[in-house]
Amino acid sequence: MTGLKELMQPHRIVMMMVFAGLVAWCAVSLRWDWIPQYAPLALEGLWTTIWILAVSTFMGFMLAVPLGLAQAVGPWYLSIPARTFCTIIRGTPLLLQIWLLYYGLGSLFPQFPWIRSSELWPYLRQAWPYAVLALTLSYAGYEGEVMRGAFSSVAKGQLEAAKSFGMPRFTMFRRIWLPQAIRNVLPTLGGETILQLKATPLVATITVVEIYAVSSRVRSDTFIVYEPLLLLAVVYMAIAGVIAFAFRRFERG
Amino acid sequence: MTGLFELLGLGASAELLSLSGWGGNLLRGLANSLQIAFGAFGLGLVIGLFGAYGKLYGGKVTRDLLAIYTTVIRAVPELVLILILYYVGSDIINKISEAMGGGRVEINGVAAGIWVLGVVQGAYATEVLRGAIKAVPVGQIEAAKSYGMPALMIMRRVTIPAMMSFAVPGLANLWLIATKDTALLAVVGFNELTLETRQAASSTRAYFTFFLAAGFLYLMVTLCSGAVFARVEKWARRGQPSLKGGKT
Repeated sequence: MTGLKELMQPHRIVMMMVFAGLVAWCAVSLRWDWIPQYAPLALEGLWTTIWILAVSTFMGFMLAVPLGLAQAVGPWYLSIPARTFCTIIRGTPLLLQIWLLYYGLGSLFPQFPWIRSSELWPYLRQAWPYAVLALTLSYAGYEGEVMRGAFSSVAKGQLEAAKSFGMPRFTMFRRIWLPQAIRNVLPTLGGETILQLKATPLVATITVVEIYAVSSRVRSDTFIVYEPLLLLAVVYMAIAGVIAFAFRRFERG
Repeated sequence: MTGLFELLGLGASAELLSLSGWGGNLLRGLANSLQIAFGAFGLGLVIGLFGAYGKLYGGKVTRDLLAIYTTVIRAVPELVLILILYYVGSDIINKISEAMGGGRVEINGVAAGIWVLGVVQGAYATEVLRGAIKAVPVGQIEAAKSYGMPALMIMRRVTIPAMMSFAVPGLANLWLIATKDTALLAVVGFNELTLETRQAASSTRAYFTFFLAAGFLYLMVTLCSGAVFARVEKWARRGQPSLKGGKT
């Protein structure tokens, strides 16, 4: 139990007591009476945050694999577009990308009658598809760069060995190249996923009701400033902790 | 084809983007953004330098407090931090002003942006600089100590020049984050590039034109800073043997 021993140093005990006192002071003297009223909405918002995070990281990663592959070993007509895409995504603020998609595409679509009458229209009228699309593209842009390094860091002898066994190219990719590349970048992926979590509140600016949007609604309804923000910070830290823990388990297992 | 052309507003976009039109507003926004980014980056470096020294050479309590600072800042979204720091900052200034007998103070947008983003940048800079200082061979610092150099002089003459080559890539990243984070201040209502763009776009209904133009401006800034940082890194590595092999 070295962890416990490290925690039980005198100065840390004092700091923990100070912290506990601070928490108690927050609980007693700050206003929390708004929580019961907004709890259902907050849970819904939390679910939206987690859902958007999960979908956009998954799809973003799926997109990042071909992007990384194209940059690492692709011919010039694939690698140049891939590199351009990554540079543009990484060079512009995410908020701008979200607004470009939502306000730009969103103002363009209604002008086409055939889009308005199509089956997709009920979705295209809402905000969340644009939010998911923007976050997916952003994650793919950052991850494509990471995967490029990962693919080119796999030892060449491994691939040559697979080839000499007569493995087809796709099997070789699936069984040897991709697993090793992913294992090399798991720590980076964990960090990037936490960055992605920290990007989710931006979608509140295009009327997606996730956990951040709930807190700003509490703020504007009740004029309570600090309490919703503090609680929100704690919620984000908790989710980030869960992600970090999950990736650490994943790396070991 | 011409229908699409007009739909995208390409024909009118040149006129809209001219300096007498909304283009001037966009450039003013860009100037504001760059000002905030420079200030925040500088403040972040100062905090980071003290933070890194505190984390490496400070006492137990300092080290734990700094660990809490960097962990919390890096786990909470920038947008939430910006709001918290903005309210805390304006509350403190107003309390001070009331205590001194003044009324409510109007807060300067650029100064508030620098304070808010600087504190966020400081946490990241602390980690970057701590890693860089740790990468300096201990023998070099010990040699300086054995010559009887005072601590500040060791920092100025040995540690900082020797750590530069390790720190520059991380600091380049930080600068890019700083320029892009200024866009978040649009949510709080500062008149930087993104907010100017949105105002221009919504009053002319030419969303694509303005957002693409703003994206282009941001891209120019990041590409130019990439080139500048490449030169700085080359300068910081002067005299070091190249790892590429062949010529040294």
